[in-house]
Amino acid sequence: MDRSYFELRGLSVGYGGRPILSDVSLDIRRGEIVTLVGPNGSGKSTLLKTVTRRLPALSGKIFLDGEALDAIEAKRLASKMAVVLTDRVRPELMTCFDVAAAGRYPYTGSFGLLTKRDREIVDAALAQVNASDIAGRDFTSVSDGQRQRVLLARAIAQEPEMIVLDEPTSFLDIRHKIELLEILRAMSKSDGVTILMSLHEIDLASKVSDQIVCVSCGGVSAGGRPEEVFSDESVRRLYGLERGFYNAALGSVELARPAGTARVFVVGGAGYGTPFYRALQKAGVPFYAGILFENDVELAVAAPLAASVITAPAFDPAASSRLSEAQVLMDGCDTVIDAGCPANGINSANARLLAYARSRGKRVLSGPPAWKEAIL
Amino acid sequence: MKANGKLGTARTCAVFISLSALFVLAVLWSINSGSVRIPVREIWRILFHRGAIERGELAADTSAFNIIWKIRLPRLLLAAVLGGALSLSGFLLQTFFRNPIAGPFVLGISSGAKMFLAIVTIALSAWMPSIPVAVTVAAAFLGSMLSMMFALLFGGRMRNMSMLLVIGIMIGYICSAVTDFLINFAREADIVNLTHWSMGSFSAASWRDVKLSALIVLPTVFCVFLLSKPISAYALGEGYAQSLGVHVRRFRVLLILLSSVLSACVTAFAGPISFVGIAVPHICRVLLKSSKPIFMIPVSFLCGAVFCMGCDLIARTVFSPTELAVGTVTSAIGAPIVIWLMVSRRRDETQ
Repeated sequence: MDRSYFELRGLSVGYGGRPILSDVSLDIRRGEIVTLVGPNGSGKSTLLKTVTRRLPALSGKIFLDGEALDAIEAKRLASKMAVVLTDRVRPELMTCFDVAAAGRYPYTGSFGLLTKRDREIVDAALAQVNASDIAGRDFTSVSDGQRQRVLLARAIAQEPEMIVLDEPTSFLDIRHKIELLEILRAMSKSDGVTILMSLHEIDLASKVSDQIVCVSCGGVSAGGRPEEVFSDESVRRLYGLERGFYNAALGSVELARPAGTARVFVVGGAGYGTPFYRALQKAGVPFYAGILFENDVELAVAAPLAASVITAPAFDPAASSRLSEAQVLMDGCDTVIDAGCPANGINSANARLLAYARSRGKRVLSGPPAWKEAIL
Repeated sequence: MKANGKLGTARTCAVFISLSALFVLAVLWSINSGSVRIPVREIWRILFHRGAIERGELAADTSAFNIIWKIRLPRLLLAAVLGGALSLSGFLLQTFFRNPIAGPFVLGISSGAKMFLAIVTIALSAWMPSIPVAVTVAAAFLGSMLSMMFALLFGGRMRNMSMLLVIGIMIGYICSAVTDFLINFAREADIVNLTHWSMGSFSAASWRDVKLSALIVLPTVFCVFLLSKPISAYALGEGYAQSLGVHVRRFRVLLILLSSVLSACVTAFAGPISFVGIAVPHICRVLLKSSKPIFMIPVSFLCGAVFCMGCDLIARTVFSPTELAVGTVTSAIGAPIVIWLMVSRRRDETQ
C-alpha cells in the first residue's frame, strides 16, 4: 500500500495574508526523508512553520495520516509530530537529560513527573544520538553539535511518527552534519519515522533524501528523487547561481571561473592537476587545461574552472588527435605547468605536449612550491 | 544519571527543610523582638493557650497578649504571605520574559499599581472617608495590568536584558511622576495614608488584611502550581512549547494575569516593595541548582516569605525605636544581589 502519510494540497503560506509560497502540493510516504532546498528567504521556514501549525495556512489543506491537520487536538498532534527548530535555546539550569525529557510532555501526568518508563525512553533517545555521556551536563555548557543532538533526542523522546526539522545542520561542522543526517537516515529506515526538513547543503541533501523539493521565491517544484531534481542546470536556476558551479554527479560546488584571457596552460591528468586548478582559481589566474581523458576524475574540477579544457575519449591511445588543438591554445600562453602526472604509455600525448612547450621556449614549471611564486 | 537525579532530590529536600526551619526561626524571632520584651515562656503560653487565656482560665499579661496577637502576629503573617506573593510574581515574570531580571518592581508594575491607587484614593476621598479594601486591590490590579501592557508593548519583543530594564525603569518613573503630581495638588488630609503607604510597610497590618490577602494569594499560588507543567515546557521557548501541545497564547495570558494579581495584592496591602521579585527566585535557583518549576514554585514562595519576614524584622529592630520602611531594607539587600546576577551573566555571555 502506497498511501501518502503527509499531504499538502494547494497550500499557500505567508504572513499577514500575503503569500510567500502558493499552491504547494506534496505527497510524503511513511518513513520517507523529504528535504526542502532553496535560497535564503525563499520561504522554506515559513512552509515548515505552517505544517507544524505555528502559522495558519492562508489557503489549502494539510493532511496527516488522512486527517486534516487543523482538526487534530494539540496534545494528540504532539504525540504524532515533533520538531527541531532553529530557535536558539538557552534554558536556565537544565541538564541535557532535562531538555530531552521535555519531549515526554504529551505523555506525563498533570505535574509532568517522569515515570521509570519515561526515564528509560529519554535515556534510549539520548543513546540513539550518541549523547548518553553528556546527559548530566548543563545544556548551555555543551557544544553546538551536542546541543543539536540533544534537541533531536528531545524530538525522539516524544515518540513521534514524523519529525520536522528546520535547518538542523546549521552551525555544525562537517563531522556533526554527517552524524546527524545518519541518525535521521537510520530512524527513517528502521523505525519508519517520516522526516521533513530544510537543508542548506544541497550536496548533503541529495545524499540523504528520498525526495527533494526545490523552494524558490514564489514557487515550489514538485518533489522528486534527488537524481531527477538535481541537474547542474536546475541547481543553477534554483539558487540563481551566476558565477559558481554545481556538479550534480558529484554533489560538489565550485566557485566562479577566473575571468580574462588565459596565459597559463596546465598539463594535468589522473587528479594531479586538481590542486593547481584550485590554486589558480583562488589567485584569480585564468588558465587552460589538457589533455584530459573524459573519464578523468579531475575533469569535474577542470571543466567549471578552466577557460577551456582539451579532452580526449577515454582509453584512447590516439589522444594525439587532440594534440594540435592543445598546441594552438598553448601558443597563446607564456607559462606551462607540468602537474606531474606520469606522461608515458597511454598518456604519451601529454609528454609530447610538454616537449612542444619546451621547444617553443615557454616557461615550464613543475611541482610546488616553485610554480606558485611564478604565477603570482 | 540515576545518581545525579538522587543527588538533585536530596538537595531539594535539604533546601525545603532548611527553609522551613528558617521560617519557624523567623516567626519566633519576630515575635520575640520589639520595644516591649516578653519572655519566651510567656510567648509560648500566649501562643498555644490562647483559648484558655481568653476564657480567663490561665493568667497572662494582657498587654503582652495584645502585643502578640494584635500587632506582631498579623504583621508577621502579612509579611510572610506578601513576601511569598512578590517572589512568585517575579518568578512568573521571569518565565514570561525569559529574562532573569524581570520583576514587578523593575518592570514598573508596582509603580503603575501605586499610581492607580493614588488616583483612586484622591478621587474617592471626597465621598468616602475610608476606601474599601476591594477597591484598593482592584485599583492596584488595574494599574499593574496597565503598566504591564506598556512593558509588553515596548519591551516584550526584546530579549535584550538591558532594554527591558530601561523601559521598565522609565515606566516606573512616569508613574511616580504622575503620583507625585497628584500628591502635590491633593489636600493634606486625603494623602496622609498615601505617603506612609507609598514607602512600603507592613506596620499597619491587621487580621483583616492577613485574611484578605491570604484569600487572594493562596488560591493564586495554587493556580500557579497547577501551571508548573506548561511552565517547564515553556523553558525551551514558545516554538517547542507549542509543538508539545501547550496553548501558548492562553498560557501567556494566564502568566500575566496571575503575576499581576500577586503583585497588585502586595502593592494594595503593603505598598511598593522592591527587588524581592528578582532577588528571591534567583537565590532559589542557586540553592536548588535547578529551575524545575515544580520545585521552584513552592521554594520561591517559602523563601520569599522568610526573606520578607527577615527584612521586616531588620526594618523594625535595627534602628529601634525608629522604624525603617521595609522597602528600604529589601532594596539594600536585594539590589546587590541583582548586580551580582547581571555581572555573572555578562561573564557567561562573553565566555
